[in-house]
Amino acid sequence: MEGLEHILTQHPFFAGFSDEHSRLVAGCARNHRYDAGEYLFREGSPADEFFLIRHGQVALEIVSPGQAPIVFATLGEGEIVGASWLVPPYRWMFDARCVALTRAIGIDAACLRGKCEADHDLGYELMKRFLPILVQRLHATRLQILDVYGKR
Amino acid sequence: MGAAPQTDPFVPQLYRVGRVRRELADTMTLELAPFAGPRPSFEPGQFNMLYAFGVGEVAVSISGAADASSFIHTVRDVGAVSGAIAALEAGATIGLRGPFGTGWPVVSAQGADLLLVAGGLGLAPLRPAIYHVLANRPRYGRVVILVGSRNPLGMLYRRELEEWRRRLDVDIEMTVDHADADWHGNVGVVPSLIRRVAFDPHETIALICGPEVMMRFTVNALREAGVLPDRIYLSMERNMKCAIGLCGHCQFGPAFVCKDGPVMRFDRIAEILAVREI
Repeated sequence: MEGLEHILTQHPFFAGFSDEHSRLVAGCARNHRYDAGEYLFREGSPADEFFLIRHGQVALEIVSPGQAPIVFATLGEGEIVGASWLVPPYRWMFDARCVALTRAIGIDAACLRGKCEADHDLGYELMKRFLPILVQRLHATRLQILDVYGKR
Repeated sequence: MGAAPQTDPFVPQLYRVGRVRRELADTMTLELAPFAGPRPSFEPGQFNMLYAFGVGEVAVSISGAADASSFIHTVRDVGAVSGAIAALEAGATIGLRGPFGTGWPVVSAQGADLLLVAGGLGLAPLRPAIYHVLANRPRYGRVVILVGSRNPLGMLYRRELEEWRRRLDVDIEMTVDHADADWHGNVGVVPSLIRRVAFDPHETIALICGPEVMMRFTVNALREAGVLPDRIYLSMERNMKCAIGLCGHCQFGPAFVCKDGPVMRFDRIAEILAVREI
């Protein structure tokens, strides 16, 4: 557990986290290793874990029936995958496929939600980290849908 | 050594179209050599006015190396004039005025780290600066090039980007807005890459070229990262007509993009850039 706690504190997402909170989060964490082509999760499956990428690259994609998957974002080292664990009904809205060998820390969602309910300071610290990322991704999505490289 | 300056800047000189290369479905690169004398010298970032006879004239950035014997222009077919120029074949004649405008600060940036951010066809005006930096690599610190495009098929100069990527002294990241699973690179808008690459914001000079919305988002990401406004340069695009600051078509607040740009320092235009009517 001490090893995981150390790894967590090295991840940019948890930079500046207190020792106490790091210990609480580490209690919900486990190591993952995925080969290229493996999925972290699939659309519609329970969002029971979110991921901190330590190494590798993950493509977020949506599949339309009869068509090839459309990749709408890629995430890499130091980034987090998944926010659906925060919001009921806790189901993934897209697929997350590893493009390359990927090492990640998975955080058990139910475990962490429970600890956040018990310790609102922990919940607030987590929200302060999640919200800027979500806003950045919202801005990026807006730019993406503007299709700025298309002919005017 | 450039040719003697033109006596009348409104009179196009005759150039012959040399090699023509298709870059993308609607984008061609043309080599243009003067009928008489050497081609004028230019600074990376400057543009020429290209005249398709009987159709019209359009401003096109120079996209080749400063030591190339011809002017090299990459032209996208987006209208009558650019379409006529993009349709020219080797041996055709074209009118050319220039070069005009300001260039990238490739000399004053010596000793600094460089972050070059290109979106779509914006890689074309940046390419002469990249050539310059690579040819004088020891004079610069860390060099990072970020390139974004609509999709993998829309990535300009793809083969050249792959060649640069193999160099050990340049970091290149490419991203596309949309892709299928066959694309193994980044997917997402190019400003998002700024948070992923390592650079020292206090030592870095940023050169940006692309659609204006993309440049605004890129500036925001650079500012968030701590890059000061006076270390950010943009290549602006407006309706250039006379190219010498007389006609006013490209007026940008108190400046003219053709004469005071196209390359402009962000801190000098930040307020004007925020005015949507300009």
